[in-house]
Amino acid sequence: MSKQQPTQFINPETPGYVGFANLPNQVHRKSVKKGFEFTLMVVGESGLGKSTLINSLFLTDLYPERIIPGAAEKIERTVQIEASTVEIEERGVKLRLTVVDTPGYGDAINCRDCFKTIISYIDEQFERYLHDESGLNRRHIIDNRVHCCFYFLSPFGHGLKPLDVAFMKAIHNKVNIVPVIAKADTLTLKERERLKKRILDEIEEHNIKIYHLPDAESDEDEDFKEQTRLLKASIPFSVVGSNQLIEAKGKKVRGRLYPWGVVEVENPEHNDFLKLRTMLITHMQDLQEVTQDLHYENFRSERLKRGGRKVESEDMNKDQILLEKEAELRRMQEMIARMQAQMQMQMQGGDGDSGALGHHV
Amino acid sequence: MSKGQSGLGKSTLVNTLFKSQVSRKASSWNREEKIPKTVEIKAIGHVIEEGGVKMKLTVIDTPGFGDQINNENCWEPIEKYINEQYEKFLKEEVNIARKKRIPDTRVHCCLYFISPTGHSLRPLDLEFMKHLSKVVNIIPVIAKADTMTLEEKSEFKQRVRKELEVNGIEFYPQKEFDEDLEDKTENDKIRQESMPFAVVGSDKEYQVNGKRVLGRKTPWGIIEVENLNHCEFALLRDFVIRTHLQDLKEVTHNIHYETYRAKRLNDNGGLPPGEGLLGSVLPPVPATPCPTAE
Repeated sequence: MSKQQPTQFINPETPGYVGFANLPNQVHRKSVKKGFEFTLMVVGESGLGKSTLINSLFLTDLYPERIIPGAAEKIERTVQIEASTVEIEERGVKLRLTVVDTPGYGDAINCRDCFKTIISYIDEQFERYLHDESGLNRRHIIDNRVHCCFYFLSPFGHGLKPLDVAFMKAIHNKVNIVPVIAKADTLTLKERERLKKRILDEIEEHNIKIYHLPDAESDEDEDFKEQTRLLKASIPFSVVGSNQLIEAKGKKVRGRLYPWGVVEVENPEHNDFLKLRTMLITHMQDLQEVTQDLHYENFRSERLKRGGRKVESEDMNKDQILLEKEAELRRMQEMIARMQAQMQMQMQGGDGDSGALGHHV
Repeated sequence: MSKGQSGLGKSTLVNTLFKSQVSRKASSWNREEKIPKTVEIKAIGHVIEEGGVKMKLTVIDTPGFGDQINNENCWEPIEKYINEQYEKFLKEEVNIARKKRIPDTRVHCCLYFISPTGHSLRPLDLEFMKHLSKVVNIIPVIAKADTMTLEEKSEFKQRVRKELEVNGIEFYPQKEFDEDLEDKTENDKIRQESMPFAVVGSDKEYQVNGKRVLGRKTPWGIIEVENLNHCEFALLRDFVIRTHLQDLKEVTHNIHYETYRAKRLNDNGGLPPGEGLLGSVLPPVPATPCPTAE
């Protein structure tokens, strides 16, 4: 064991050493074997670079054959929910990532109903999990609950739009919202700061609860604390996405090539892409926990309060159903036995090579 | 008149076009100013001068357009405003004792700002332009073009042009009003290659290669507004101000205004209400080649 134990149990043979300090390693190994699941929802108007950003974040191509509809087609469209799952692996750790896209959001001339579809999707996932959790066989519950929602804000406006406010208020109690300023290469540094501040002010003004990074614990090292502090100071993250490799300063970087310069995706001075990625990776576990402990529990208590009687009787029904099924099974077995007895009698009247037909019951 | 959702840089662009503070700048938005609940129409008039030529420029801004959750019919206040100006002019024209130079408050040109999504037009853009291309000269402009690379820009422009064509939207310069072959070839070239102009506006100056230029300074470079390699602002400016300014006014007067006038006179079977006296004296509607009112 090469792990540095901060306490005095360095020598495994030290008296008093039980060995459960090895537990984290066991958990680690099991988790790695099991793999991780994460569901990320992206919401925002068309054309804000959502797909490009997701592809950049996870270095995959989630939308290989994409056809972008024209404006006339968009008039008729309602909001769709498209979930695509991809299994990515890095150094032996498997991640089953589901990206839930919401094309059509914000496109219509009248967007009054555009978040209903999204909210009912989120609720549906909670409902399904609740149902599975209360079921009899709980071994393979698949967690499709939305753990995090990246809400894309347009860099072209002066802050939040009425639609942004309405949507975020409708889902801030159901999912972790991470606001992201898209296409940040449109903004100069000063404009970016102004926009971020304005967005934060408006979020506070409207009492919108966005996801807050947990503070670093006091026993973490300084670097981590500093990193957390930097991350918190940069919310909302302003990002640029790209998977194209451009030659800049002698090396190949992912970026966007303009006549006036190259915007590097992974350059922290150009945009907050790295910060967003760090936040997502470092806090993936926390995002899942908050979803489980806060949003899901909220949903569950609301749901049970509402359909209180119903759920209890459901349990009773389940027992009843079980009993009924057992009774039916017994009846059927008796029937089979009777049929076999009948056949035997017939055979005895006939050839008599039915010796194989014994009593199975 | 400049139209488009808030934050597309309309005010900055107008300031840049006329090299003076003719429009209240977006950065002067303080916290108390919210997105207006309905579409407002704000008209500010200025007199600017260049080389001894004076021009009275009126910039009409429309904050609140397209910002709401429900944007149905948000073009109606604008259509109403434009028709009101025509009405004002008409009233003055049929007046008995009319002024020598009728004050012209009609909208000669409407710059419509398209959001640079890189995908296509938004349904709202289509609806607006469909309704208003019949009453005013619309020049579509792609705002904040520094968000697109060169390929994205040309793809987007092509797609927008196609969409406008497929939906029958005639933007200025309209094909049907080309007077002679020379105009036609010139305008064709503009229509099929340059428009819609992808622009970047700025009122700040920076030092580039020893000259002071208008531009935007970013960590990865300076975007020069008047550099044709960077954006098409110079093309837009030349088009609107240096070559087609007079034509914009003429098309407005000869075509859009006449359409309105013909419709009004036909509707009322005579004059706008209030001037009943002249009903019989006024000659019948002149048989000028008026495009049929759709």
